Amino acid sequence: MGSKTPLYDKHVEAGARIVDFGGWDMPLHYGSQKEEHHAVRQDAGVFDVSHMTVVDLSGERVREFLQHLVANDVAKLKEHGRALYTCMLNPDGGVIDDLIIYFVGDEDYRLVVNAATREKDLAWIRKQAEDFGVSVVERAELAMMAVQGPKARELAAPCIAAEHRDATLALKPFTGTFAGEWFVARTGYTGEDGWELVLPAAEAPVVWDRLLAAGVVPCGLGARDTLRLEAAMNLYGSDMDETISPLEAGLGWTVAWEPGDRDFIGRAPLEKQREDTDIRRFVGLLLEDKGVLRNHMKVVVDGVGEGEITSGGFSPTIGRSIALARVPAGEYDRAQVEVRGKLLNARIVKTPFVRNGEIRIDV
Amino acid sequence: MSELPGDLLYTNDHEWLRRESDGSVTVGITEHAATALGDLVYVELPEVGQDVDAGGDMAVVESVKAASDVYAPVGGNVSAVNEELADEPEKINADPYGDGWIVRLTVGDIDEGELMSPDAYQQLLDELDD
Repeated sequence: MGSKTPLYDKHVEAGARIVDFGGWDMPLHYGSQKEEHHAVRQDAGVFDVSHMTVVDLSGERVREFLQHLVANDVAKLKEHGRALYTCMLNPDGGVIDDLIIYFVGDEDYRLVVNAATREKDLAWIRKQAEDFGVSVVERAELAMMAVQGPKARELAAPCIAAEHRDATLALKPFTGTFAGEWFVARTGYTGEDGWELVLPAAEAPVVWDRLLAAGVVPCGLGARDTLRLEAAMNLYGSDMDETISPLEAGLGWTVAWEPGDRDFIGRAPLEKQREDTDIRRFVGLLLEDKGVLRNHMKVVVDGVGEGEITSGGFSPTIGRSIALARVPAGEYDRAQVEVRGKLLNARIVKTPFVRNGEIRIDV
Repeated sequence: MSELPGDLLYTNDHEWLRRESDGSVTVGITEHAATALGDLVYVELPEVGQDVDAGGDMAVVESVKAASDVYAPVGGNVSAVNEELADEPEKINADPYGDGWIVRLTVGDIDEGELMSPDAYQQLLDELDD
């Protein structure tokens, strides 16, 4: 038996197939993963993401601390409420985790890190924080829900306390605000509009019921994975880990090189790798033959070398198989993937595959 | 889950088999298997005319989650495959014992010793639920 979120009974009530995910008993789907996927692309779905770890940082030197801890630069966060996606690196430049940082107040930031990496993340953050006098508080008592889809905000707005509703509806993408005890952010992991709601655990089941009554579809981790794959959003542990730098995982855009004297952990090896012309590419693949690409399948580029699929699956929106893959350096736009001993043809495409309900690649 | 069809035989690996009036057999996967796999998105079928061994790989069904082998419940020669599954693999989820059939085999004598009656298969499912 794993840990249970405050919504566990609600999942069982809704007919969820429960699976272990990083030590948590989580819903995989509630009947049809594909229908849940389409609900988020076309209407609205809700995910229980209470297993994710919310960490509040505070202290006079918290900004300076974060400028050391992560590869992106919190100096980009000019206004309260702004969010930043970044990687936290080890001294070798490998990714300890990817996370979102919210700029809550001048001396307060909120982090959301992955569930499966919770313990090592907290240990690492606490260790680094010692030198900066920053307090690190895990908020395990909070629940978290992601309401995602083109109709998500409209359908979820009545759940927000009336005096905060206008402010939350006015949130720009990638910003968040406190609404009483709640924290509401216009962020997500699906490639659709929507909110992530962080709220006291006791309130979560009531909000869940209200969302379902409003027509929001309960969605499991299965749909969460196919949605994020279509949106080409990385999954920690699949697309990158402690042996992979952000530059080899398509996350170069999250590394802030300027100012050049900002001494973030992992900077030196990253600087070196940046000059390396042989650095592996991280690409999107569209399977042209019939079949399904899966994690760890071998990618063969004729005359160049071999790579590996880091996230593969079936895209319900496109109706074909897609993947993210790490492949050798070089100029080429086709590859083959070994599927049960056969080489199938795939095309390298510019990601995302799907965003805001629309297919963004040539099919 | 609905009741098991009484006119079929079953395997430990959750395939079903139906004896047709012409002596051939039709094979598919059970509702239990289809539900456990989740929404099916691709089926790799054998070639018509191919020989298959009892217990050998015969087809592959892939869901949004994973790929799974379908084993031949009896040895034989593939006389037909359900071509409609190429475009509509979800038929296996919707109607596993009917439109979702996978392969038809020409067979010799069937050794029923390796196969399970509906009652025996139901018992297996009940044990899996416990």
